[in-house]
Amino acid sequence: MHMADALISPAVGGAMWAATSGVAAYSMKKIQVDLDEKKIPMMGVMGAFVFAAQMINFSIPGTGSSGHIGGGLLLAVLLGPQAGFLTMASILAIQALFFADGGLLAFGCNVFNLGFYTCFIAYPLIYKRLTRNGHSEKRIFAASLLSTLLGLQLGAFSVVLQTVFSGKTELPFGTFVMLMQPIHLAIGLVEGLVTAAVVAFVWKASPDILENVAKEKALGSISTRKVLTGLLIAVLLVGGVFSWFASANPDGLEWAMLKTAGTAELEATNKLHAVLSDIQSKTAFLPDYSFKASDSEEASAAGEEAWPVVNAGTSVSGILGGGLTLLAAALTGLTINMIKKRRKRAGFEC
Amino acid sequence: MSNISEALYNMRFMDDLARRNTLVHRLHPLAKLASTLAFLAAVVSVERYEISGLLPFFFYPVIVFALAELPIKPMVKRILMVEPFIIGIGILNPLFDQHIVMLGGVAVSRGWITFLSIFIKCGLTVAAALILLATTGMDRLASALRMLGIPKLFVLQLTLTYRYISVLLEEVGRILNAYALRAPGQKGIHWKSWGSLAGQLILRTFERAQSVYGAMCLRGFDGEYRTGDGQRFCTTDLAYMAVWVMFFIIVRFVDIPGLLGLVVTGGIK
Repeated sequence: MHMADALISPAVGGAMWAATSGVAAYSMKKIQVDLDEKKIPMMGVMGAFVFAAQMINFSIPGTGSSGHIGGGLLLAVLLGPQAGFLTMASILAIQALFFADGGLLAFGCNVFNLGFYTCFIAYPLIYKRLTRNGHSEKRIFAASLLSTLLGLQLGAFSVVLQTVFSGKTELPFGTFVMLMQPIHLAIGLVEGLVTAAVVAFVWKASPDILENVAKEKALGSISTRKVLTGLLIAVLLVGGVFSWFASANPDGLEWAMLKTAGTAELEATNKLHAVLSDIQSKTAFLPDYSFKASDSEEASAAGEEAWPVVNAGTSVSGILGGGLTLLAAALTGLTINMIKKRRKRAGFEC
Repeated sequence: MSNISEALYNMRFMDDLARRNTLVHRLHPLAKLASTLAFLAAVVSVERYEISGLLPFFFYPVIVFALAELPIKPMVKRILMVEPFIIGIGILNPLFDQHIVMLGGVAVSRGWITFLSIFIKCGLTVAAALILLATTGMDRLASALRMLGIPKLFVLQLTLTYRYISVLLEEVGRILNAYALRAPGQKGIHWKSWGSLAGQLILRTFERAQSVYGAMCLRGFDGEYRTGDGQRFCTTDLAYMAVWVMFFIIVRFVDIPGLLGLVVTGGIK
């Protein structure tokens, strides 16, 4: 469920970075207030635990397949929502850096999708409520299962929204939702059962771990509201500024249309397609992105108008130019390599 | 199991690369972080129908690969390993957007163009992220984050997670090995052991965290994150960053392949 950089637009990436930073800042403040210094190494080591435990395959009875744990809810249950969220963020950072699993620009999206919904929505709304009157195996089981399900459903829906708003894929909203939600219901069921089994075991073996976390005060209603308002403002601000910058391109336009008018994706793209095909019928080339060879000088002179793409994607010269660019890049690399090698050899001879 | 040893190998491989000593490795981590972010922003902002505008961005990975003497084959393998996910989502583009356009005399559905654009973007962005780590290393990257004002709590936590991943991976590997030896021919963990297997590990991890904390306290841990060497941001770092950012701005707004193509075709005429 990790979002990649290639699938998001700067507006969506930036907005989600802002939202994630906001939640992270709030979490850090909250942890520092009731700082339990022990928590820092605990968070670090538990992060490493989740990272490693994600590689354990739990076989699903009756089927040939297996599932694994997600970690967001488990961390919230064991460390508390704020510490859980931050720990999830560092796991995702390491996955992005070492394994390119989820991009750096998409980092905000990923932390939000996998950390926020589990730690700040599913955990307080379902898990805490169901275990409010004390823990018992049944309650822990139901609470973990339902919270994991909800967290994953929200996360999957959030992936759909981010992808659609980014406009990099052509997947219509409806189709994508129908694809994502049921798959994640199945995944969530397995994840939820494994998480429930693990939490129940920990409770039986060492109840103090869960009870200490449960004793911590829940999010005060005022501060939650403040945080959410702050988040909303940040998201709108960053998204708005970025999409304003991007207004010259259809991605930004589409995004803005969706954002302001709240129209469904289909409608928005239809409008866009209408505009595009209108231009296309006039130019007979890829609309917006091309110019006939004879117009080229005019277009490049016009600069402004032709921005963002004074392009050649459609014409022969463009393809040729593209090939040459790649060739030039490769040659530059080879030349640097050769110079380096020669220098090294010279160094040895000296 | 293979997953775990693969992950361990992967992390150590990246750590080894980061310990090299080349021009790029010696640069200030902030300069590399800033260039990477500028690169990512520029690449991601390229329109979805555009391929030619993406191509000049290949200069960045190619040049840094050469300057940093990174091994090409294993790095390209890592980049390609991420692509299947992108292909999975992007391959639907040609199905949903069958609008036909002419590309150099060949009719192509627009969906294929957007698909190719996503594919290239994925390669570029993944390469940039891997290059950043392979030339900087986790500790120096963390110090750069600290310099940027990311709170010490998060940075400390991030580096601790990173340090303990290899320990925990080895431990999980041992547990799975022991389990597999006692349950031959069984795929995955039986549902009856779901809770106890991972739960035991959690309990052990909690104990480990407590002894880690104790050891840190004995060595004078006071909640501060210390990096040791305070590398100064010098002119070379500034120049490296400025040159790349300028380059990204130029190739983002000027269609180099287009101009190049025109020059060549004009020359042929």
